[in-house]
Amino acid sequence: MDIPKALDPAEAIQKALPDALQDVKTFRGETTLVIVPAQLVKVAQFFRDTAGLVYNYLSDISAVDYAEVSPVGSVIGISGRPERFGVSYHLYSMLYNRRLRLKVFLPEDDPQVSTVTGIWPGANWLEREIYDLMGVTFVGHPNMKRVLLPDDWDGHPHRRDYPLGYETVQFSFNVDEILKHKPFAKE
Amino acid sequence: MAVAEQVSKWEGSIDDLRGLVSERALTGETMLLNMGPHHPSTHGVLRLLLELDGEEIVTCLPDVGYLHTGIEKTIESKRYEQGVPLTDRMDYLSPMSNNMAFCMAIEKLVDLDVPERAQVIRVMLLEMSRIASHLVWLGTHALDLGAMSVFLYAFRERERILTMFEMLAGQRMMGSYFRPGGVWRDLTPDFLPTLEGFLDIFLAKVDDYELLLTNNPIWIDRTQGIGTIEPEQALAWGVSGPGLRGSGVNWDIRKAIPYSGYEQYDFEVPLGEHGDVFDRYLVRIQEMRESHKIIRQAIKKLETAKGGFRSDDRKFVPPPRSALGQSMESVIHHFKLWTEGFPAPDEEVFVSIESPRGEIGCYLHGDGGPKPRRVHFKTPSFMHISSLPVITKGYMLADLVAIASSMDVVLGDCDR
Repeated sequence: MDIPKALDPAEAIQKALPDALQDVKTFRGETTLVIVPAQLVKVAQFFRDTAGLVYNYLSDISAVDYAEVSPVGSVIGISGRPERFGVSYHLYSMLYNRRLRLKVFLPEDDPQVSTVTGIWPGANWLEREIYDLMGVTFVGHPNMKRVLLPDDWDGHPHRRDYPLGYETVQFSFNVDEILKHKPFAKE
Repeated sequence: MAVAEQVSKWEGSIDDLRGLVSERALTGETMLLNMGPHHPSTHGVLRLLLELDGEEIVTCLPDVGYLHTGIEKTIESKRYEQGVPLTDRMDYLSPMSNNMAFCMAIEKLVDLDVPERAQVIRVMLLEMSRIASHLVWLGTHALDLGAMSVFLYAFRERERILTMFEMLAGQRMMGSYFRPGGVWRDLTPDFLPTLEGFLDIFLAKVDDYELLLTNNPIWIDRTQGIGTIEPEQALAWGVSGPGLRGSGVNWDIRKAIPYSGYEQYDFEVPLGEHGDVFDRYLVRIQEMRESHKIIRQAIKKLETAKGGFRSDDRKFVPPPRSALGQSMESVIHHFKLWTEGFPAPDEEVFVSIESPRGEIGCYLHGDGGPKPRRVHFKTPSFMHISSLPVITKGYMLADLVAIASSMDVVLGDCDR
């Protein structure tokens, strides 16, 4: 079987969808293509189906929050990125044995992007996890519900302004104070 | 009375399930059955909501998160080196693999080299934990299908591996033995002889397990042709590791993107043909033999491997205790690293390794300071549980137990 020659992902996407690519970055040998969020599904489809690219395996989707947080935990800015949230799609091509990262930046208020479950069904839970922990909504997802936390959980813990939380160490002098706040099973 | 009230009160409504289960469940034609979260064959706390037509599975809805402990969030509040012990607790059956993924991500982010000797030690331990993890899998998988004695034999051998981990790390399971730049300390004098002793008997033990299972007619009836995954389906759903190779897809990260010097070892990647439970079983059995081969080679390589057990780059690796009395510079490095840690660039990296269960991916984003901005683990169990609805469709309820355990899920790995 003839294997088509491997294409450079940045050049290929520049040729096929010129208005989709925002930026190309390389760090420690990893290529990151920053994509316009509205074009993400088209771009993903292109990378999976084009001969010479064939990124057939979705390794991971992860989200990162670029907010700068003050000591008391409120957002005071965004650190050096165009928008507050970044979602990275880590693609892998088994044929050419190489990786590629697609990245979209999403605004602080109402971050949402189209789902890629139609292209890689395995994205289903990965997207739910991001919705759960980072609060990014994936439009068109078949079951956009929390996956790790209970359905009635308040907030999205992986945001930088979500407090880590801690439990006070229990000593004999403060045990009554602590037990007052603890829920117990009712008789 | 109050208890009875609570039990009979189901807080959800059937409308929540609309679109997830078939229309027949809403009319009551098929049955909704709750399995878990404390079912012995769910390997942790996994709850499955099943829609059954007689004994046939129409829909399977996994519900996870019972073991979610926010490890990723906690690591973000710690310095890079402090994150290592937390990664142990994710996949608690092969903690070394998690350590490895996290340490490799740190090393890539700050561009830190690992000496050759440390790499060989790492490979040796990774393969030992692969054997240990596969032994637990084999034991519990056989136990799920009613073969009790395999469990006892498999755990007997696993115990020897854990004893060796204890020699090195002081801990049987959560050793946190891998550190950025190498490993915590050098091999102890009694470690290699013990390992040799184990390797001498191990292959015969694997033959013993096979004698009990491979040609056993009950075993074959329960596993052959059950839980078949087509290769395309497996790739689309992000299945990796023995689950993928059982379907005949030749993708092993140790071969495809070698790390820690795996390219210098001679080993085979066992593949299945049919993608059923039986093939995944055979792949794992064969993998244990291959791991045995790799460890043998690693022991030989250790004699000639250059460098120490940990990098000498004092910007990232604290100096040995003995150096503190002799050099002021060491004292400064020691102080800086243990109070402040080392800074990493505000960039992102992604590394992945072949854990016993499949691909563990670690996405690490620095923020210019000593703590990560974001760390995310892509864990094989998470992907495998998310694919259960597709794999189990149309099989019997009793097969579900076989299928779920053949995917080798660990719920700590899934929930993190």
